[in-house]
Amino acid sequence: MLGEGILKGLAETAKNFAGSFVSAERLTTVQYPEQRIAPIEATRDFPFLVYDGNDWEAGMRCVACQICEKECPPKCIYIVKSADKKPDALGKPQFYPARFDIDISVCMSCQICVEVCPFEAIKMDTEFELSTTDRFGGLLFDRKELAKSNEHYHKIHPTEAAEVDARLAAQKVKSDAKSDAALAAAAAKAAAPAKPVPAAASPATKPEGGEEKP
Amino acid sequence: MSFAFYVIAALAVAGGLAAILLKNTVHCALALTVAFAGLAMMFLELDAQFAGFAQILVYVGAVAILIVFAILLTRNAETPKDGVYSKNWFVGLVIAAAVFAVLGWAVLHSMRVLPHETAVPAVTVLDIGNALMGRYVLPLEIVALLLTAALIGAVIVAMHEKERAK
Amino acid sequence: MIENADQIFVLLKHWAVGFLPAGWQGIAGVILSVVAILVVFPSLFAVAVWMERKGLARMQNRIGPNRVGPIGLLQPIADAVKSLTKEDIVPLRADAVVHFMAPVALVVVVFMGIAVLPMGRNMTFVSMDAGLLFFFAMGASTELSVFMAGWSSRNKYSLLGAMRGVAQMISYEVPLLMSSVAVVMITGSLSLDKIVEAQNQYTWGLPHWYIFTPWGLAAFLMYATAATAETNRSPFDLPEGESELVAGYFTEYSGFKWALFFLGEYVGMLSISGLGTTLFLGGWSSPFAFLGWVPSWFWFFSKVMMSIAVFIWIRGTLPRLRQDQLMNFAWKFVIPFTLLDLAVAALWRFMSDGWARWVVCSAILLLAYALMGGVSMSRKHLGLRTYRYAE
Repeated sequence: MLGEGILKGLAETAKNFAGSFVSAERLTTVQYPEQRIAPIEATRDFPFLVYDGNDWEAGMRCVACQICEKECPPKCIYIVKSADKKPDALGKPQFYPARFDIDISVCMSCQICVEVCPFEAIKMDTEFELSTTDRFGGLLFDRKELAKSNEHYHKIHPTEAAEVDARLAAQKVKSDAKSDAALAAAAAKAAAPAKPVPAAASPATKPEGGEEKP
Repeated sequence: MSFAFYVIAALAVAGGLAAILLKNTVHCALALTVAFAGLAMMFLELDAQFAGFAQILVYVGAVAILIVFAILLTRNAETPKDGVYSKNWFVGLVIAAAVFAVLGWAVLHSMRVLPHETAVPAVTVLDIGNALMGRYVLPLEIVALLLTAALIGAVIVAMHEKERAK
Repeated sequence: MIENADQIFVLLKHWAVGFLPAGWQGIAGVILSVVAILVVFPSLFAVAVWMERKGLARMQNRIGPNRVGPIGLLQPIADAVKSLTKEDIVPLRADAVVHFMAPVALVVVVFMGIAVLPMGRNMTFVSMDAGLLFFFAMGASTELSVFMAGWSSRNKYSLLGAMRGVAQMISYEVPLLMSSVAVVMITGSLSLDKIVEAQNQYTWGLPHWYIFTPWGLAAFLMYATAATAETNRSPFDLPEGESELVAGYFTEYSGFKWALFFLGEYVGMLSISGLGTTLFLGGWSSPFAFLGWVPSWFWFFSKVMMSIAVFIWIRGTLPRLRQDQLMNFAWKFVIPFTLLDLAVAALWRFMSDGWARWVVCSAILLLAYALMGGVSMSRKHLGLRTYRYAE
């Protein structure tokens, strides 16, 4: 009958009105900024650089490979490679970024930089209250502002951070095993020529040396 | 002839003059509305409440809107290129003078025919209603037929336009 | 004592005016009443604005403004300060005189309509014989203001909004008047005072309000629909559709002129609710005979504010009607139903008092409603789309 839908609608609105005073289900407003809703784990706002340990310069995972700079769609990352190298977490000497600037007024939070980083060095932060009165400089973050510790990463994205740590630990184990094996091979190689070298023994060591190569 | 009468008359005449002298057609229509309102106030000043309010309701509320719609929908809101004054103004003057003479004669003649009434007759809406339903019922029905015919005619004209457009 | 509370404003006026010499008393009384209306109705407008924002918010699962005062009570003041201090922008090619006159015309006309409403016993500002006709005459003039606003802005969206607005207001003018004519017919007078007096009687403690009769209920529903359309409220607010036409006919207005339009719209809502209360809800008469000691003006204003609450409720519930749906509804459903209601009211008058006329009138109206509703709700068969291009 005509008008039935209207009456049902009016009843629903009346329920909303009355219910908003008593039940939280019918009043979903949060009095920001006094109250805040905790962001979910997959929240992403702007990138930050992860560092291990206490020293942000020494522990920074970024090796200035510049893959994120090339892949960034709005080109908001600017990297200047360093002249020298420093050892990374696996002990290998790597470059490090002398300058790493992200302009967050350009950044579109697409997370491509995170996806392509081979070193788990850049991750997404959950900070969004970044308003400033300085329109250009205030929104340009340099590497000191971007560097945040691994503990911070664990706090904001616990599951992800645990996975990343596991992966890095596995990598470290593998590389340790490799370096141990390489050391053992080098030691064996150094030990073998110390023996008196009969002409028959040298062809025997060659295939051994060939097998030991990774 | 009280002071109020002169003020209202001035307003009505000013509205009428503005309606013919202004350049923008929509301005003319709005000035005509002022003239209608002036007439309504004239009725009210003479204690004819029903006539005054009906004048506002019908003229200002409906006829003025109708005129404005007609102006806007016929795309003649711009000022015509060769000025607002007509070329055959002499003929217009003669006709206007003739109409004025007829109306003036009718008014003066009726003043001589009717007895001088010292008291203003109190005509309430009830009296008007009784008159319409009693003495003037035939003119009422004929006017109603005329209005219905006009309505149907308007609908037919609009329908024909729709068919022609197809 | 009860009598004093009921007539307190009248007594106050007589007391205040008594200080002046006899020649000046008449005009002083008039000026005092005008000042009272100009103070009361804008305050009610502020209350209505606050009610709207909080009420709509709660219906939409959110809190309304709650920062300005306790529960946002000072929000209308903040809005007023904002409107008054904003820059008054008039478009370069706009018609300056008409642009200026449009909000003025609206506000003047809307306040004049309040003059004939009986706000309490002996509290009508101007008690005239053709009071209802005066009110509708003023209501008809608001359409002109809408048109002036839309046309003078030289903005095609404003003009479009104004045209739609005027078409809608004219179409719904007819059922508004027709439903009031039913009331006039039964009462036998156009005077709003007499209409309220006729409803101020009680049978078994229940009042004789016209809404409690079958033809009165139907007429009230049609009147409410037409009133919603006349004041351009949801679901009929396409002319000022906020999501379609920015603000329709008052797009180009800012600052005080916009505030005047806003004021005009809400005071128009108040005055048309006032008329609806007078015609159908018994005006200043109390709902039960034993509550007669409560002052009459309290009943009038509480009924008006309840009507405003219903307006807000409907706004929060219904989606906007499209222009052709709106016009179809007016001409094909509301007007025929109002005409039928007029005939049923006449039947009610001619049948003698008793249960027979209740049954017959209710039956006719329900049957007609079901039939017309069924016809209008039937699903149109979707066929090949035909297009009609503008020439």
